[in-house]
Amino acid sequence: MKKGSKRPSLRQLWQDTDLDLSRIRPADPGDDDQVRWEQAHARRLDAAELRLFRRAYPVLCVILCLILSTALVLTVAYMPAFGREDSPTNNEVAARYIEGATAEAGAVNAVAGMIIYFRGFDTLGEAHVLFSSVCAVMILLEVEPDRRRLRRERAEDRLYDLTRDSVLKEVTRVLEPLIFLFGLYVIFNGHLSSGGGFSGGTVIGAGLILHAVAFGFTDTERFFNRKVFDVIRVAALLFYSAVMLYFFYTGANDLDAWIPRGTPGSIFSAGFILPVNLAVGLEVACTMYAMFSLFRRGRV
Amino acid sequence: MNLLTVLGRILDNYEECAAMVLFAIGFFMLILHRNLIKKIIGMNIMDTAMYLFLASIGYIEGRAAPVLEDGAADPALYINPIPTGLVLTGIVVSVSFTAIMLALSVRLYRRYRTLNLDDIYTIIREERK
Amino acid sequence: MSFVLNFPAVSIVLSLAASVASVAARRWAKQISCLVVVLGMAMSAAVLAYTASAGAAFTYVMGQAPAPWGNELRIGILEPLFALLFGLVLLLCILSGETTLSEKADPKKRYLFFVLCDLIQASLFALCYTNDLFTSYVFIEICTIASSGILMIRDNGPTATAATRYMIFSLVGSSLFLLGVIMLYGVTGHLLMEPLRKAVASVWAAGTYRLPLRVIIVLLVVGLGIKSGLFPFHFWMADTYGTSLPGAAGILSGIVSKGYIFLLLKLVHRVIGPDVFYASGAQNVLFLFGVLGMIVGSISAIHTSDVRHMIAYSSAAQIGYIYMGVGISPALGTVAALFHVLTHALTKPALFLSASRLADVSGGSNDFHALQGSAHRNRVAGIVFSVGSMSMVGIPAFMGFISKIQFALAGAQAGAKMLPTFIALAVSTVLNVLYFMRTVIRIYTPAPEQGEHVVRARQQLVFDGTALCFIGLNVAIGLFSQPVIELLGRGLALLG
Repeated sequence: MKKGSKRPSLRQLWQDTDLDLSRIRPADPGDDDQVRWEQAHARRLDAAELRLFRRAYPVLCVILCLILSTALVLTVAYMPAFGREDSPTNNEVAARYIEGATAEAGAVNAVAGMIIYFRGFDTLGEAHVLFSSVCAVMILLEVEPDRRRLRRERAEDRLYDLTRDSVLKEVTRVLEPLIFLFGLYVIFNGHLSSGGGFSGGTVIGAGLILHAVAFGFTDTERFFNRKVFDVIRVAALLFYSAVMLYFFYTGANDLDAWIPRGTPGSIFSAGFILPVNLAVGLEVACTMYAMFSLFRRGRV
Repeated sequence: MNLLTVLGRILDNYEECAAMVLFAIGFFMLILHRNLIKKIIGMNIMDTAMYLFLASIGYIEGRAAPVLEDGAADPALYINPIPTGLVLTGIVVSVSFTAIMLALSVRLYRRYRTLNLDDIYTIIREERK
Repeated sequence: MSFVLNFPAVSIVLSLAASVASVAARRWAKQISCLVVVLGMAMSAAVLAYTASAGAAFTYVMGQAPAPWGNELRIGILEPLFALLFGLVLLLCILSGETTLSEKADPKKRYLFFVLCDLIQASLFALCYTNDLFTSYVFIEICTIASSGILMIRDNGPTATAATRYMIFSLVGSSLFLLGVIMLYGVTGHLLMEPLRKAVASVWAAGTYRLPLRVIIVLLVVGLGIKSGLFPFHFWMADTYGTSLPGAAGILSGIVSKGYIFLLLKLVHRVIGPDVFYASGAQNVLFLFGVLGMIVGSISAIHTSDVRHMIAYSSAAQIGYIYMGVGISPALGTVAALFHVLTHALTKPALFLSASRLADVSGGSNDFHALQGSAHRNRVAGIVFSVGSMSMVGIPAFMGFISKIQFALAGAQAGAKMLPTFIALAVSTVLNVLYFMRTVIRIYTPAPEQGEHVVRARQQLVFDGTALCFIGLNVAIGLFSQPVIELLGRGLALLG
C-alpha cells in the first residue's frame, strides 16, 4: 500500500492479490468429502450388526456408571470425615513439610518447599510431561512450511492486520507489559506466597498468546521464534535436571549440599527453589505458546 | 450400617461425594459419546473431579493456607500441604492429555471430515476393503 | 554406600536429559538415544551384579529428606534386572525398527521418535526403581504420552484412530489408578511404599476402613490392568499394534505393558502385602480374567486374517498367562509370571519386526495369503518368525517351554486352581499352535509368483544383527533357564 493512500477495502484486496481466502473462512468440505461422509453416515445407520450394539451400548454405559458412582460414593462415605483434625492424613509427614519449610527448604510457601525440595523428583517428571506433550502435538500437527505457504501466511497477516480490531491492539499495548510483569512476579514470589513456576509460566504464556492474537505471528516472531523457543526450553529443562541430579547425589551419599538459604522472606532466598521456579516457569510459558501456535498454524 | 447412618456419612463428606458423582458423570461422557470433543470434555470433568476430591482431603476446618505467616511454623495453624502439591502435578498432566487429544481430533477431522468416531470406523472399514 | 547404587538415579536423569538434548541436536538424536540406552543397560547390569552378590535390597534417598518425607528408590534384584531387560529390548527395537521409520515417517519428525524413546526409557526405569506411588503415577503418564507419540509418528488415518482409542483406554486406566492412590492416601496418609505397608496393615487390623481398602485394591488393579491389556480391556491392542510402525509395536507390546505389570507386582508385594492380597479374593479375579484372556485372545487371533492383528491378539493371550500366574500364588506362580514377562518381552518384538520384514517382501501386504512363501524370499525374517512362534507355542529348547512348565509347576501346588490351570494351559497351547504354526507353515510354502521389494544391504545387516540377538537370547535362556529362575525367586523375596 502506498503511504497516505486510502485504505483499500477487503474486496479490492481480494481482487488485487491472489490470496486464498478460504483460509479465513472455514473451508467447506469438498464435494466428494461431503458425499463420502453422507455415505458413511448412511451405512452406519444401516449396518445391522451395529444396530443392536448402538441400542445396547448406551444402556450398558448407564448401568456401568450407576454402579461406579454408587460404589465410589459409598466408599467415600466410609472414608475419614471431611475437614477434621484427626484424619489419618494429618500425620508426621504433613507436619514436617510445614515445620521444615523454612528451616530446611528456606521457603515461606510450604507447598513450594514440598514440591521442589522434598519431593523434587515428582516435579522433575511433571516438567517432562509437558515437554513430552509438546513433542506429541508436534508429531501430530507440525507442518514444515514451504516458501509459498510462508508467503501466503505473511500476506494473510497483513490482511488480518487491517481487519484486526484496533481496540484490541490498543488495550493489549497497555495490558501486555502488566501481564508479563505479573507473571514474573508470580514466578519470583513462588517461594514467598502462593504461586510458583507453573502458574507464573501460564500467565506469561497467556501474555504471549495475547500478543500473537492482537498483533499477528509475524510480529511475535520478532522476539519469540522457533530458535528462541528451543533454546529456552532445552536450557531450562537441562538446568533443572542438573540441579536435581546434584541434590539426589548429595542427599543419597550424605554429603553436604550447597543450598544458599538466605533470609526467609526475601526474594533471593530458599536455596534453589527460585532458579527452579524460573526454569519451570519459562518452560511452561514456552509450552503454552507452542500449543496455541501449533494448533493455529502448524508450527511454533 | 443402616441407610440413615450411610446417608449421614454422605452428608458429612458431601464435598468428596460430589466429587465422586462428577467423576462418574465425566467417565460416563468419556465412554458414551461418539463425538470426540464431547469425550474430551468428559475427560476434563473427570480429571477436575479428581482434583476436587484430592483438595478436599487436605482441608482442615479453621486453618489457613500453608503459606507461613510471620514465620510461625506450627502445623496446627495450617491445612495439609501435600494434596495441594499433588493437585499441581495432576493439573499439568490433565492439560497435556487434553492438548494431545485435541490435536488428534484436529488430525482426524482433517482426514475424515467428521468428528463422530463411528463414522470414522465405518470409513476405515470401507477403505480397507 | 557403594558408588554403584547411584547408577539408577543417574540413568533416569540421564535419559530425561538426553531426550531434551535430542531436541537441540536433531541430527544426532538416534546416536544419543542408542548411547543413553546402552549406558542405562550397563549401569543396570552393574547394579544387578552388586545386589545379586550382596543378596539384599538397598534404599536410595532422592533428595535431602528420607522417607516418608522425600522420594526414594528401592534397589533389589528384580528392579535392575527388569531395567536391563527393558533397556535391551528398547535398544533392539530402535535399531531394527529404524528402517521402517525412515520409510514411513516424515523425515523432519524422525528425531521426535528418538526423543520419545528416551522418555520411555526414563519412565520405565523410574517405574522399576521407584518406591513412591505418586512418582509412579507421574512416570506412568510420561510413558503413556510418549508411547502414544511413537504410535502417531506414522502418518495415516487408521493410526490416528488407533492412537485415539489407545489414549482413551490409557486415560481411563490412569484415572482409576490415580483415584486409588488418592483414596489410599486419604485413608493412610502416606505415599511412600514402605510406610504405606505398615499403615495398610494397621488399618486393616483395626477394621476401620475395610470397604475403602477393598475398593482401593480394585481400583489400583483395574487401572493397571486396563493399561497392560488384561481381559476384557484388551480391545485396543489389535488396532494399536496392528497399524503402528513395527518398532513402535515392539516397544509397546514388549516393554511398556510389562512396566505396568511390574508396578502392579510391586504394589501387591510391597504396599498391600501378599498375605492381605491373596486372602482378599482379588487373586481369584485376576486368575479368572487371565484364563479368559488366554482363551479369548487366542480365539480372536485365529479368526483374523491380518498377521499383525494376529500377533496383537496373541499379545492379549500372553498377558492373560502372566495374570493367571500372578493369580495362582505369590511365590511360585508369580515367579512363573515374571519368567513369562521375560519370554514375552524377548519374543513379541521379534515377531512384530520379522512379520513386517516378511510383509515387505510380499508387496507390502499384511494379509496371510500374500505372505505365502515369504520365508524363502527373506530367510532371516522367516527364521526369526519361526523361532518366535515356536517359543510362543512352547516347543522345548525355547523360553516359552520353560514358562509353561513353570506355570504347570505352580498350578500343581495350588490346590483348587490346579485343574483350571492345566486345562487352560492345554487349551491355549492348542489354540496357539493353530494360529502360529499355521502361519509358519504358510510362510514356508513356496508361492507361485514372487513379490517385489528392494532390500538394501545395510538394512538387512542391522536387522540380522538384532534378530540374532533376539533368537540367541531366547535359545540361551531356554536352555539354561535354571539360574534365571533362581534369580527371579531371590528377587521376588526381596521385593516385599
